[in-house]
Amino acid sequence: MALSFSPQAHERIARLLPQYPTRMAACLPVLWVAQEEFGWLSAEAMRLVAATLELPESHVYSVVTFYTMYRRHPVGTYHIQVCTNVACMLRDAYQVLSRFERALELKPGETTPDGTFTLSEVECLAACGTAPCVQINDRYHEPVRPEEVEALVTRLRLEAPALRAARPVAPAAGPIVTAQPVPAADRAATAQGLPAVERD
Amino acid sequence: MTRIVTQHFGNDQAKQLAVYEQLGGYAALRKAVSLTPQQIIDEVIASNLTGRGGAGFPAGKKWSFIPKDAETVYLVVNADEGEPGTFKDRWLMYWDPHRLIEGACIAAYAIRAHRFFIYIRGELVRELRVLEQAVAEAYARGYLGPSMAGSGWAMDAVVHRGAGAYICGEETSLLNSLEGKRGYPRLKPPYPALRGLFDQPTVVNNVETLMNVPTILERGGHWFADLGVPGDGGTRAVALSGHVKSPGIHEVPVGTSLRSIIFEQGGGMREAAKPLKAVIPGGSSMPILSAAEIDVPYAFQAMLKSEQIREVEQAPGVKFRWGAGGTLRSMPGSGAVTVIEEGTCMVALCARIMRFYAHESCGQCTPCREGSGWLAQVCTRLARGAGRRGDVDLLQRVAGQIGGNTICALGDAVTWPMLAFLTKFRGEFEAKEAGAAP
Repeated sequence: MALSFSPQAHERIARLLPQYPTRMAACLPVLWVAQEEFGWLSAEAMRLVAATLELPESHVYSVVTFYTMYRRHPVGTYHIQVCTNVACMLRDAYQVLSRFERALELKPGETTPDGTFTLSEVECLAACGTAPCVQINDRYHEPVRPEEVEALVTRLRLEAPALRAARPVAPAAGPIVTAQPVPAADRAATAQGLPAVERD
Repeated sequence: MTRIVTQHFGNDQAKQLAVYEQLGGYAALRKAVSLTPQQIIDEVIASNLTGRGGAGFPAGKKWSFIPKDAETVYLVVNADEGEPGTFKDRWLMYWDPHRLIEGACIAAYAIRAHRFFIYIRGELVRELRVLEQAVAEAYARGYLGPSMAGSGWAMDAVVHRGAGAYICGEETSLLNSLEGKRGYPRLKPPYPALRGLFDQPTVVNNVETLMNVPTILERGGHWFADLGVPGDGGTRAVALSGHVKSPGIHEVPVGTSLRSIIFEQGGGMREAAKPLKAVIPGGSSMPILSAAEIDVPYAFQAMLKSEQIREVEQAPGVKFRWGAGGTLRSMPGSGAVTVIEEGTCMVALCARIMRFYAHESCGQCTPCREGSGWLAQVCTRLARGAGRRGDVDLLQRVAGQIGGNTICALGDAVTWPMLAFLTKFRGEFEAKEAGAAP
C-alpha cells in the first residue's frame, strides 16, 4: 500500500514551502515531517518525499543517508542515545553505556525483541557542562550517573505502554514501531529495491 | 563582571517577548533602523567583535564584504553547535532567544538582507521549540514581518532544523545542507559573501556573535572593544567541562587568563588529590595544552603567539607549519575549555577524539576520510594495548598529511590535536607502543 501524508502533514508542508526559494531546500524539513509521521524513513517514505518535492528519489536517498538522525529502520519506543565523547567520557560515560548494555541486554545499535528500547552510542550532544548526557527520544537527561541507570530503565519500562498508547498513529503509515530486530528492517529495504545500508 | 550574552541566564521569564522588552530588549533594533546599514557596520567594526564559532574572524569585516549592489542577500545563523566540549549556544538560545533574533535582525538589516535562516542542530529539540515560539512572538509584535520595527524594511526569519552531521557547522557545508543537499563543504573561493546560499551573497554568523550585536549598538563599539584586548573585543561565554568543580557557561572578558577561568570561575579541580594534567582550550580540534601552559590570556592572538605555549611539532624537534607557514601553538576556538585531571590516559582520550573526526569526516577528500580512519584505528589499538611497533611514527606521518590538503577545516581538526597530543604527551604513546607485542 502506498504511503500518503495526513492532512496535518500536508498543511505543515504547505507552510514550509514558501519559506524557501527552491523546493529542494525543503528536503530536510519535509523529511522531518515524514519521520515524525511514520516513525522512520522507509524506502516508501523516501519516495513519498521525493514525489512531494518533485525531486529525484536518488537525491532524497542521498540526503537521508548523509544525516545520522534520519532513521532508515524502526527504533524502539525509547531510543536511548548515550554520548561518550570527550567531556562525557571524562565523567564516566562509558560506565553509563555499559550499565545500559547490561540493564537492557543490548549492544549499541540493537533493539530489544519487544521493541521497547533501542540503544545507541552517539557523538557530542552539546551538553558537556552537564556530562554525562543521555538523550532519550527528544529529551536530554543530564547528567545521568552510572548508578542511576538501572532505576531509569525500570521507570521507562513502566511508562512504555502509556507512551505507546499516546503516540499518534498515522493512517496508512505501516508499522511505526515494529517488534522486529533491526536487521529485518534492512532486509525489508533490500526487498523494496534499495541497497541494504550499514547502521550508524 | 560585565555579562552580555548570559545576562538573562536563570531568568525563566526572559524568553517571553514582553519580559525581554521590559528588560530593555529590542531597543537596539529600534535604534538600528534609524541608522544606515553602513553606520551599523562601522560600529561593529569599531567593537572588534570576532566570530565566536571557532575561527575568530572579525564580524564587521565579514559583513562589509557583501557587495553593496547585491539584490538578494541572506544572513544565516549558525546554531549547529557540535564541536566536542562546546555547549554555549544551546544555553544561550534556551535562556535568551529574543537576543538572538534581535541581533540577527540588526545584522540582516546591516547587510541589506530581507530574510535570515537559523540553522539549528537537529538534536536541540528543546531549543528549537523555544526559538520557534520566540520567532512567532516577534512576528506578532512586528519586529519580524513586512515592516521590521516600523521601519518599512521587510524581514523574515526561518528556523531550520539540521539532522545530525557535525560537518554542517562548517559554513559552506551548512549552506549546502540548507539548500536541501548532503552537507558537503564547498571549495573556497568563492566565499559565501560573494556566492553563498542559493548562489547569493551570504553572511554566516555564530549564535553568540550575533547576540553581542544589540549591546554593541546600545553601548557603542568602543565600549565593547575596551572590554577585551586589542583586536578582540567583548566577552566570551566560555563553556567549561571535564574534571572541574563548576562546569557550565562562564562569561568572561576576552583576554581573561585561562588559569583564572579554570581555577576562579570554574572553582578548580573537582578532586583536590588529582591536580591538573591538561586542558583542551577551544573545542576538541584545538591543540591541547599541558598544565604548565595555562597562564595565557584567553584570546586568539595571545594564544597563537604566546611563548608560554609550546609550538606543535610535526616530528620531535620539527615545527609544524600551517597556513602561510607560521607555527601553531593553540587557540580559544569555540570557547570550550575541557579540563583534564592527572591519571587520565591521554592515548585513550586522543583515540576518542580521533574516532569522532573519523565518524564525522564527510568523505569528500581522501586525506581526511582515510587519514582520520587510520588515526582512529591506530590510536585505539595503542590505547587498548594492542599497538604495533612503529605506531607512534605512523600516527605522526599520517597526521602530517591531512591538514591543509582538504576542502574544509575538518582536515586541520584531525591533524592539529593529533600532533599536539604527540608533541606534549609523546611519552605516553611511546609507553603504550613499548608495551605492545613486536
